[in-house]
Amino acid sequence: MTAFLLRRLIQAAAVVLVMSLLVFLGVFAVGDPIEILISPEADQFERERAIKALGLDLPLWRQYLVFLGNALRGDLGRSFVFNEPALRLILDRMPATLELAVGATVAALIIGLPLGLYAGLKPNSPLSKGIMATSILGFSLPTFWVGLMLIMVFAVQLGWLPSTGRGETVTILGMRWSFLTRDGIAHLIMPALNLALFKISLVIRLTRAGVRETMLMDYVKFARAKGLSPARVTFVHVFKNILIPVVTVVGLEFGGTIAFSVVTESVFAWPGMGKLIIDSINVLDRPVMVAYLMMIVLLFITINLVVDITYSLLDPRVRLEGKS
Amino acid sequence: MSAPTLEVRNLKTHFFTRGGVVKAVDDVSFTVEAGKVLGLVGESGSGKTVTGFSILGLVDPPGRIAGGQILFKGRDLATLPEAEMRGLRGNRIAMIFQDPMMTLNPVLRIDTQMIETVQAHAKVSREEARQRARDALGQVGIPSPDERLKSYPHQFSGGMRQRVAIAIALLHKPDVIVADEPTTALDVTIQGQILAEAQKLCAQFGTALVWITHDLSVVAGLADDIAVMYAGKVVESGPVAQVLDAPLHPYTLGLIGSVPSRNHRGEPLRQIPGMTPSLLNLPAGCAFRSRCPRAEPGCAEPPPFAEYRPGQHARCIHPHQEAVAA
Ligand SMILES: Nc1ncnc2c1ncn2[C@@H]1O[C@H](COP(=O)(O)OP(=O)(O)OP(=O)(O)O)[C@@H](O)[C@H]1O
Ligand code: SF4
Ligand SMILES: [Mg+2]
Repeated sequence: MTAFLLRRLIQAAAVVLVMSLLVFLGVFAVGDPIEILISPEADQFERERAIKALGLDLPLWRQYLVFLGNALRGDLGRSFVFNEPALRLILDRMPATLELAVGATVAALIIGLPLGLYAGLKPNSPLSKGIMATSILGFSLPTFWVGLMLIMVFAVQLGWLPSTGRGETVTILGMRWSFLTRDGIAHLIMPALNLALFKISLVIRLTRAGVRETMLMDYVKFARAKGLSPARVTFVHVFKNILIPVVTVVGLEFGGTIAFSVVTESVFAWPGMGKLIIDSINVLDRPVMVAYLMMIVLLFITINLVVDITYSLLDPRVRLEGKS
Repeated sequence: MSAPTLEVRNLKTHFFTRGGVVKAVDDVSFTVEAGKVLGLVGESGSGKTVTGFSILGLVDPPGRIAGGQILFKGRDLATLPEAEMRGLRGNRIAMIFQDPMMTLNPVLRIDTQMIETVQAHAKVSREEARQRARDALGQVGIPSPDERLKSYPHQFSGGMRQRVAIAIALLHKPDVIVADEPTTALDVTIQGQILAEAQKLCAQFGTALVWITHDLSVVAGLADDIAVMYAGKVVESGPVAQVLDAPLHPYTLGLIGSVPSRNHRGEPLRQIPGMTPSLLNLPAGCAFRSRCPRAEPGCAEPPPFAEYRPGQHARCIHPHQEAVAA
């Protein structure tokens, strides 16, 4: 296990290095922040002083090395706009996004697993067919539109749920969290469901496909031949096997959920990283963009590692391979 | 006289598929007494496994038992409610599957898979159940069972896995075991060991054993009686020695002739000409007609399953009643 972790960490470091270069070059290609940041009335002298202050006068490779050196010290630059460390800006908003993404993932599992299980066990029942048809909607309806509809129905018409912001928060470990207050949870429900929409459909389909495939396996028939109850066969023999693909995909999707929470955060004015990055792109706030992208890279790498470890806990065959 | 342990009478198990009705089992009858071994033989697709699943009540839609009786100590399993059937499964009637690599759940430890079987039918503590699981592993010759209980299936070889499956089948000392080609996937030495053990255990516990195989030499060494299946029907049955020495049905004769033997070394192997017919459109009358060297116009009528010699039945209107040299 230690050797496995060590190998993975070295791989991760290499990936981060390569990604840092790509991100840096990519962001550099997006546009010249000077045009946006410095007022057109500024004279040549002021202009040059600003360029120098921002380090934009150096050749590209020097800029990258400076960035890399600073990054190793945990400094991803200062926001041109807020004049605050970019990393702090992002970390400040991360809890909100994490909360949203975790909420969406939990909702997807709580809703998707039972529905998928049912649809897999009784593929021909009308309810199963209804579930599968609805799941296609979940894949194809645009997130922002569903978000607006949710607001229309539950906030405007029925007035059941608030439509903007995080509501009341509690500070723990220096970070603000909504999910610990009633008001915060009320604020979280709609955005989380909105973000979960696609994932619910995904979990339903994965679970159903897994159940149908697993039910045909000899070991399930053998479990029945042992005289086990249908509940034991379903929830132990079948369920444990389908958890493997579901955990893998949902885990890998988690990074995507965070990265693409942008739309939901905009619709529900959820003050997370997604909203920050959209604003930063609009004003070409390069350090924030670079820092955000690097955070996402780190996040994906961490998630992949966690998924691999969970996977090896669920599937004993993987565990052995890791050892030898 | 008390009822035999297992008596299958005119069993029909059909699959109602979109393409038509597949009569996988269509009139199968045999009897197995306590402590006896019945060899159920026939080529691939003749319906042996489906017969086994029917006995356990494990036929899944679109298939179902369409007729006949499965009498277990006089009780008809074909009409038994599922809850009662579940009480018998793995308890009084157990099955060992064809492919040892696929029968154990890959993500559950051996102890989990054995203890759950014990506790499904006996109100005992986990510790007691583990004890019984360990004893069963010891019984089938698995060394250091305590350690092995904590393993996962992929840590065992095919032969060891089949032993585990046999141990699971033996946990409740069942009255009937259906063993579906349990040794086909294994090499010859291990096959021999498992056969010897199976025979010993059945004699010891008075288990009625249905041994499914397409290997006549296994049947010759192990079984008391034999039932030969062709295209879903039993075409010949009787005491092993009698059937193998003097087969009545041309198909049985063909099967015996195609076994490689020392007497025929150097000669080309004899084969049964032609192909197994599709179960979806069997010819009317005798299903073996298109391949049978003795076919005659009368074979277009379904032949009856008749007793031509004491205890030896055949489904043929023109059986080999004269002595033949196989
Ligand atoms: N679920 C099903 N749907 C339709 N037909 C089926 C189904 N299961 C089995 N059959 C048919 O039943 C027939 C008998 O199959 P079975 O598995 O009993 O053969 P077998 O004698 O055990 O052969 P083998 O020696 O290859 O194991 C086959 O022709 C198969 O096509
Ligand atoms: S009934 Fe006729 S075709 Fe069928 S096995 Fe007998 S002789 Fe051959
Ligand atoms: Mg079979």
